[in-house]
Amino acid sequence: MSLLAEMNQKALNLGLPISVHLDVTYRCNERCVHCYLDHDDHGEMTTEEIADVLAQLAEAGVFFLTLSGGEVLMRRDFFEIVERARQLLFNVKVKTNGVMIHEKEAARLRQLGVEQVQISVYSDRPEVHDAITKLPGSLKRTLRAIRFLKSQGLKVTIANVLMAGNFSDQPGVIALARELGVAYTLDPTITPKMDGDTSILALRIPGSELKQVFHSEELVGNVEEFCAPPPAPGEDVMEGFPCSAGHTACYISPYGDVFPCVQFPLPSGNVRRQKFLDIWRHSPQLKEVRSIRAKDLTVCSACAHVGTCTRCPGLAYMEGNMRGPSTADCEKSFQRTGIPSANMLRRTRAGSTGPLIQIQSLASSLQNHPFSGEDSLLTA
Amino acid sequence: MAEKYIARSSEIAARLLGGEMMVMSARDSTFFTLNEVASAIWQAADGRTPLSQIVAGRICQEFDVDRERAQRGADRFVDELSQHGILLVSDQPLMNSSPPREGR
Repeated sequence: MSLLAEMNQKALNLGLPISVHLDVTYRCNERCVHCYLDHDDHGEMTTEEIADVLAQLAEAGVFFLTLSGGEVLMRRDFFEIVERARQLLFNVKVKTNGVMIHEKEAARLRQLGVEQVQISVYSDRPEVHDAITKLPGSLKRTLRAIRFLKSQGLKVTIANVLMAGNFSDQPGVIALARELGVAYTLDPTITPKMDGDTSILALRIPGSELKQVFHSEELVGNVEEFCAPPPAPGEDVMEGFPCSAGHTACYISPYGDVFPCVQFPLPSGNVRRQKFLDIWRHSPQLKEVRSIRAKDLTVCSACAHVGTCTRCPGLAYMEGNMRGPSTADCEKSFQRTGIPSANMLRRTRAGSTGPLIQIQSLASSLQNHPFSGEDSLLTA
Repeated sequence: MAEKYIARSSEIAARLLGGEMMVMSARDSTFFTLNEVASAIWQAADGRTPLSQIVAGRICQEFDVDRERAQRGADRFVDELSQHGILLVSDQPLMNSSPPREGR
């Protein structure tokens, strides 16, 4: 077990939040076709409110802080927020599209001791990338930002969200990352919009392309091992937790709402009305999330993939039951191993062959692989 | 032998977790955990207090260890962390350093 995994386990045992994802704004200068956010400002937390939240998070034991959005630099006080976070000694990761990062901003991020910057790149071709962001010239500006950040010695990761429209450009983005000397992470996650609109799920890559991803040695390393049939689950698996959401990690929106994860929209409290630690310790919603073991899952507990599936409780929740299956993850397990999930078999028996809904992050099972960029802190 | 003054780099992240200090360098993403003794030295690294005084005044008192042994351990610890740029070491006080807040 790595030192980091040991610390995660320790945080889990102590019931401490070691990792928080804080969106500082939902406003954005891009209008990405797959984005799930409403970009209007409905009353973001002020600088002082965020500073207070940061102090509470430090007191609660949070170490890893992801600052994201929207586009973080749409906030004029963004560097002040980073400065406050660094004064509190968080390990800060920033997610941005980079469009507003020039030499001065890159130097400031470096000076403040940001640990890494993740930037979304959808294609190595401007006509494809800019069509996704709906911002002409955005690829050029994003790549310029990456060069500025690299020249400052910052650790940069390109996040490549895969959709049907840019799937074929994925090797080009990998080559681009190599040329720029930055890390690459692949994310085939498309989630419904916050208002429940599922139309963007039509952008997802089809199963055949997902299979191609899972069987790419460049992406997954040892394909035989990665795509091996799942071993029979032991008692430890059945007593295990699905992921870090609500256990050692949570998400806070620009309006102060607390959720188990950015991908798990179960309202669990608001830091404008309650202290963060009160929410973390006493929220009935977080307690319910924490109570779920693999053995409690309605369909998945009987599935061959239960011990190896990347089942996302947030996606399951969005499908109607946080204890139920996440069909996108059923698809992933199937495309990876060729073995249908219990949920797929059930649906087939019921005569339903409806399309699979979405594809989520490959995070926890793919640590140490090129597309292991998400924030999962529980080892699978 | 010259005095050593130690201060925490501004390029680190740190947090106490159940009595152990987690420290990560933003420069090279090296991750450390410090035991209780190392954590105590870390917390006392204000750039103004000589290492020998930290050892005598804090480590020996709090952890019931003889001074020579504690000093050897502290020197090793300081050397290792300074190699990763996590601790700054000088034979003069590091006056500009202010103790960061690592919570809990």
